[in-house]
Amino acid sequence: MIMGETKPYEPKIAAFLCNWCSYAGADLAGVGRFQYPATIRTIRVPCSGRINPLYILKAMANGADGVLVSGCHPGDCHYMSGNYVARRKFALIDSLLKHVGLEEGRVNFSWVSAAEGVRFAEVVKGVTERVAALGPNTGVFKVDGGGTDE
Amino acid sequence: MNSIIDDIRAAARQLLADGKVDVVIGYEKGSLPLKSTPCFVRSPQDADKLIWDETCENNLATYAAQTAGKKAIIAKGCDSRALMVLLQENQLVRDDLYIIGVSCPGVIDKNKIEAETGEIIEATITDGKVSVKGIACDKEYNFADVKDATCQTCRYPNPVIVDLKIGGSVEVPQSDFADVIALENKSDAERKAYFKEQMSKCIRCYACRNACPMCYCQECFVDCNAPKWLTGGVDSAENLLFQTGRALHLAGRCVECGACSRACPQGVDIRALSRKVNKDVKEMYNHESGISEDIKPALNVYSADDPEEFLVKE
Repeated sequence: MIMGETKPYEPKIAAFLCNWCSYAGADLAGVGRFQYPATIRTIRVPCSGRINPLYILKAMANGADGVLVSGCHPGDCHYMSGNYVARRKFALIDSLLKHVGLEEGRVNFSWVSAAEGVRFAEVVKGVTERVAALGPNTGVFKVDGGGTDE
Repeated sequence: MNSIIDDIRAAARQLLADGKVDVVIGYEKGSLPLKSTPCFVRSPQDADKLIWDETCENNLATYAAQTAGKKAIIAKGCDSRALMVLLQENQLVRDDLYIIGVSCPGVIDKNKIEAETGEIIEATITDGKVSVKGIACDKEYNFADVKDATCQTCRYPNPVIVDLKIGGSVEVPQSDFADVIALENKSDAERKAYFKEQMSKCIRCYACRNACPMCYCQECFVDCNAPKWLTGGVDSAENLLFQTGRALHLAGRCVECGACSRACPQGVDIRALSRKVNKDVKEMYNHESGISEDIKPALNVYSADDPEEFLVKE
């Protein structure tokens, strides 16, 4: 980079991907060389049902600009019903986070199968655009590290 | 009220004398005016300590799971719902539990009174009137005006599960989620500001968690060192993480007893979070916790056509 040139803002997104579908979908996107922005930090979880609401909150608290949560399509869960149970949880998390004032688009949920490499790239592109449009995380959960307010 | 107290004492005395239970969990007079305190009666002669009035505000279900042996418990509507959820979650054994149900007209919000009268020196409750002698002034209130906010929106004042019912039933008031809807209708910025203000009051003493009958985790996430979900500092963002995390843990389980907000020394509007989740659970999954033994907790079951509006728009 030339000195004095400012680097364009690139959001950091924590992506919780289920091992059996979305993680494999991300892998397929890589194998197929489908380009997507290098904004996500992938965290592999055994199932979308494994995702604790605190994972999402803590990612925001630690300064992630966005969160992507992705699992198998309903009906395709490796463990039969993990994503069905997760779906109920996600709906409540999404609703409560918006209620307390977290911007719409910071926390994103989707279903991506192991065969949807192209779609995975599209989802990441879409989520990156949404988060980038919101700018850096200054949200309600961001902890400043000083241990005190302001 | 008096006959209810006599009946409660008589029932407790009989149960202990017959050896049907080891302990009766109820309320006794507290050391401060307008406060009662939970009481554990283990012998028939102590049964006269038990009281019943508008100050009996603790949710005794909190103590049921922590008390060993066979126990009888005085249960209001919300206490009985909490017991039902604890039974569903295998925290209690039905055979070890004897539920003495009492319909509840609501409990007093002492903080509301003290905001006007200063510290209460003396108080009496008779026929729906609360006479208070405070440091700043003396005042008489209608009970309805100083009823706790939770009780004003209560839909289950009558116990849902009982072994023995004492006293008559209370009329079930009509109530919806007007308070939640009012908040929902505000702008994002207003809600954000509201919760920021509320959370800046929180000192994370965890009194809400300790008072809650549903917060029985052996190790609460706030006490967990690895991973360390929360640091030690006082930060409104972290307070929000705690309160939101707790509200989500209670999703489909909260029985709206309001023990959390009454226990709060800082007056944080904790119910704004839990009521929102309860409203969502009711609307999305048509579920209310602890009202029937046959209904499974909302987050333990699923349906193929559950709502999916939360998915990212592509």
